[in-house]
Amino acid sequence: MEEYDLMIVGSGPAGLTAAVYAARYKIKTLVIGEQIGGLAAEANEICNFPSYKKISGVELTQKMREQVEDLGIEIKNSLVDSIEKFDSLFLVKTTSEEFKAKKIILTTGTEKRKLGLENENKLLGRGISYCATCDAAFFRNKVVGVVGGSNAALTAALLLSKFANEVYIIYRKDRFFRAEPMWIEEIEKNKKIKPIFNTNIIELRGEDKLEAVKLDNRKELRLDGLFVEIGSVSNSKLSNKLGIELEEGYIKVDKKQKTRIKGVFAAGDITNSPLRQIIVACSQGAVAANSAYEEIRNEAN
Amino acid sequence: MDEEERLKKEKTKKLMEETEKVQNKIEVNDSNFEREVTERSKKVPVVVDFWAEWCKPCLMLAPTLEKLAKEYNGKFALAKVNVDGAQIASQKYGIMSIPNVKLFKDGKVVDEFVGVYPENFIREWLNKNL
Repeated sequence: MEEYDLMIVGSGPAGLTAAVYAARYKIKTLVIGEQIGGLAAEANEICNFPSYKKISGVELTQKMREQVEDLGIEIKNSLVDSIEKFDSLFLVKTTSEEFKAKKIILTTGTEKRKLGLENENKLLGRGISYCATCDAAFFRNKVVGVVGGSNAALTAALLLSKFANEVYIIYRKDRFFRAEPMWIEEIEKNKKIKPIFNTNIIELRGEDKLEAVKLDNRKELRLDGLFVEIGSVSNSKLSNKLGIELEEGYIKVDKKQKTRIKGVFAAGDITNSPLRQIIVACSQGAVAANSAYEEIRNEAN
Repeated sequence: MDEEERLKKEKTKKLMEETEKVQNKIEVNDSNFEREVTERSKKVPVVVDFWAEWCKPCLMLAPTLEKLAKEYNGKFALAKVNVDGAQIASQKYGIMSIPNVKLFKDGKVVDEFVGVYPENFIREWLNKNL
């Protein structure tokens, strides 16, 4: 079994930056991540990352990836199933491989929150979608719904109104208090968009594809498509098993990016960060790599 | 058409065929879907990647599929279907979300997945189906 000084679990901006630093410290490092570039790669336009006035998420994270690989660090595109601690080493498992590592940096970020309803996975790609920009065009002249009330939900509804005949926004609150006034105004002006407030979806109906949703006011709403925009949740499954302390679902770290478990660091959106942005993730990745390196060096002496 | 232009075109065509052979990758639209996917899949399994320029997750999945197509070296063909130029095929196969990957064998869809998955997942998916 291959043994590494450092394993970086997660391959978004935090993980890739940590890898750049680790490479320069000359410690044996492997990056393993489910989605190279992370959620940042899905960003349409990034306008607040110094050095580029405007760049797409795919392009920016691709550059990060190239930088890491040019430094001779391997990036594995796999999902890690478990991390366990044995004495002073960690055992990292995917479905097909196992590795040992002295130190771990967790940078697994967040993922889109799901409705958590029966049939949701079965109907994914058959009416249920988590990406309006990807899928809006498939709903020309159809009736669609958007769940949520944030900016993301409202912009999804506006985009969908360019294709669909009718767009319902289903939101659990009595008004859009979280969204920017500019978007709310656009929604109010748009004749195709109809908000349904104080309402939750309790059932998804349809066999081969989505046909309708049942609402908690007992009404049924016929829909061809449903776009889920209800925020994100941290990918904290691995940290739970390790017994890492969380704060409202996110990993609690100190200013050196240390978690409560010795040898495990965390960086980026998975942490209790005050600002979830690419630049912050990068800086935390750098700090985490430095802290891991310090520990490795101290233990060697 | 003068001689120079003809030679140039021939060269480009040859180069494209070479690339296709090496990468086992084919660009498909509505006009050649039948031939390149349905018919071809009677000889070799065809992995069809329905994608679009505007779909960021599609751009993230593409390099993984291309890497595996190279590595599997002819065990399957990779057909890239830009849904923008393949509305009939997209409708026929009920595409409502992309990226959408379908495996064709003997002219029929035998398995599929929707969304971006890591390389090890796709490798297992291929090994199970090929």
